[in-house]
Amino acid sequence: MDLANLVPVPVLLPLLAAGVTLALARHPAWQRIVSGTTLGIVAVLALVLCLAADAQGPIVLWVGAWPEGLGIVLVADRLSALLVLVSSIVTAIVVIFPSRRDIADSADGAPVSVFHPTFLVLTAGVANAFLAGDLFNLFVGFEMLLFSSYVLIMLGATKERVRAGSTYVVVSVASSTLFLLALALVYGATGTVSFAQLPERFAALDPALQLTIQLLLLVVFGIKAAVFPLQAWLPDSYPTAPASVTAVFAGLLTKVGVYAIIRLQTLLFPDSPLTDLLLVVAILTLVLGILGALAQGEIKRLLSFTLVSHIGYMLLGVALGTEQGIAGSIFYIVHHILVQTALFIVVGLIERIGGSTSLSRLGGLASVPLLAALYLLPALNLGGIPPFSGFLGKVALLDAALDAPSPLAIAAVVAGIATSLLTLIAVIRVWQRAFWQDRGEDDDRVHSLRVLPRIWIFAASTLVGITVALTALAGPLSAYAERASIDIEGGAYHDAVEEAMP
Amino acid sequence: MTPSLALAVAGGVLIAAGTYLLLERSLMRILAGVMLAGNGVNLLFLVAAGPAGLGPIVGTPEDEISDPLPQAMVLTAIVISLATSAFLLAMSYRSFQLEGHDEVADDVEDAIVRRRAEADLSSEAYVELTPEEQPDTESGGRSGRADD
Repeated sequence: MDLANLVPVPVLLPLLAAGVTLALARHPAWQRIVSGTTLGIVAVLALVLCLAADAQGPIVLWVGAWPEGLGIVLVADRLSALLVLVSSIVTAIVVIFPSRRDIADSADGAPVSVFHPTFLVLTAGVANAFLAGDLFNLFVGFEMLLFSSYVLIMLGATKERVRAGSTYVVVSVASSTLFLLALALVYGATGTVSFAQLPERFAALDPALQLTIQLLLLVVFGIKAAVFPLQAWLPDSYPTAPASVTAVFAGLLTKVGVYAIIRLQTLLFPDSPLTDLLLVVAILTLVLGILGALAQGEIKRLLSFTLVSHIGYMLLGVALGTEQGIAGSIFYIVHHILVQTALFIVVGLIERIGGSTSLSRLGGLASVPLLAALYLLPALNLGGIPPFSGFLGKVALLDAALDAPSPLAIAAVVAGIATSLLTLIAVIRVWQRAFWQDRGEDDDRVHSLRVLPRIWIFAASTLVGITVALTALAGPLSAYAERASIDIEGGAYHDAVEEAMP
Repeated sequence: MTPSLALAVAGGVLIAAGTYLLLERSLMRILAGVMLAGNGVNLLFLVAAGPAGLGPIVGTPEDEISDPLPQAMVLTAIVISLATSAFLLAMSYRSFQLEGHDEVADDVEDAIVRRRAEADLSSEAYVELTPEEQPDTESGGRSGRADD
């Protein structure tokens, strides 16, 4: 069988399964089995794609084989295939968590049956965004994942979620409109939206128009990636959603934005790196995000702010525009997707065991050693303690920044180190207050893992185990990331798309 | 290519009006803004499509047809904006059901952080190890919130 036919499967299979789970609305157990197996299969296929893309270069499928490149093109190069793999691993694990109580919380009669279909459409949208070979298909991928995220973030439609969701929806809709505007501009100026043809045609345009288009797209993707100063919506809207939903949003959705920025900066505008602008933005994202985190008294909000802050690291690598920088960013994206998802999942467990995510109401959780380990490992990882992957990723990025000649890059290194330390303070403060500090004397609840289904503990442990295993896999992974970034810089994408054109 | 000025101006006006409405707090106005801005962008796609021509049907000479690709994009965009409108309507109705109005409220946690800053308290994340001596630090700002 031709490998190219595997490329659309990560999009199609979840969509198909979404239909099946919708039909199974009255059988939640079956829904869970269907979406779990589907995402598991997608993860295996993504691994195959990943290895194949590594061995034989970008795999390209012109959907429908229309002549002369009229149709939609899907491309799985090293970067896309890797991200599809990581995202499907994460979604396959997270889909185990949602239960009726978790999703509905206090809302009676919440439509729990829509969770699985929507979640599957979300994963299809994420995969579509990663695999898209043209700007318009990227837009469609964004819309798919955004619409599902609208539903997921307001699941149960409680007062708090509708309020938080409103902000999220309005910001997302505004950014989509802006994206569409950029698409009209791109098509009007160049007559194409294909990633393979655009770089050539952009280069022929007036430099001012080039810059306009580039900045417009940067703003659009910056909103999705929650980059300063376009990040304010994120810490407002993420924390109120159910824990499993927040975990996937935090892990994946912002990374789709970062991925789009990487494509934009390396593939579409390779000659206009905007290094200074992006470095300043990266520094501000790093510092302001983490300062916000330090002021929070609620774990989910605190983690949302660290999420914003760490987007700055990925942006830092992209801003440098060097092979080393891009490779560092790719490694960091993989690390951050896994670690951030793991942390939010564990916070979901903390919420269930401790009854709250507010620091002033938690305490004494260290009496549950497994939970404490599950929190501490990814927390230290996020803070960048050796030998975890967070440390390795940060070192790779800072190393790349030190090679750059500009003083701004040095400032970014300082900001990166400071952020790493402040992240450590933020997560250790949670550790100290929720786990070590005694609760008030009148509080005699006994914390126990017994309130959790066993499969949750197993799934959370697996996820945390993967984040720890990243240390062992760091060698091959960073070598892969380097090859991916050489791919990107070397124009393999363009050649493969042209070659496969029917 | 000869873009039509009327289309471009109309698109610009629609987007401007839409942006203005998007800045409102009421979800109904935001909905109207989203629809206006979306339609404005769709007009810009028609501008991008170049001069008008015959329908792109097989058999028509190629230099007489209009560019079909932007129209396919506009169709996609229209479908998406239909879904957006439906969702926003449902959302504002739900908001109206819950709150009696459809205005987007301020974030509760943000308000707490702001109140603590105004009262010159330390952030909630920081608490003295002997909270009995400084009861303010624990309850400050949070008193207005229902204890759930």
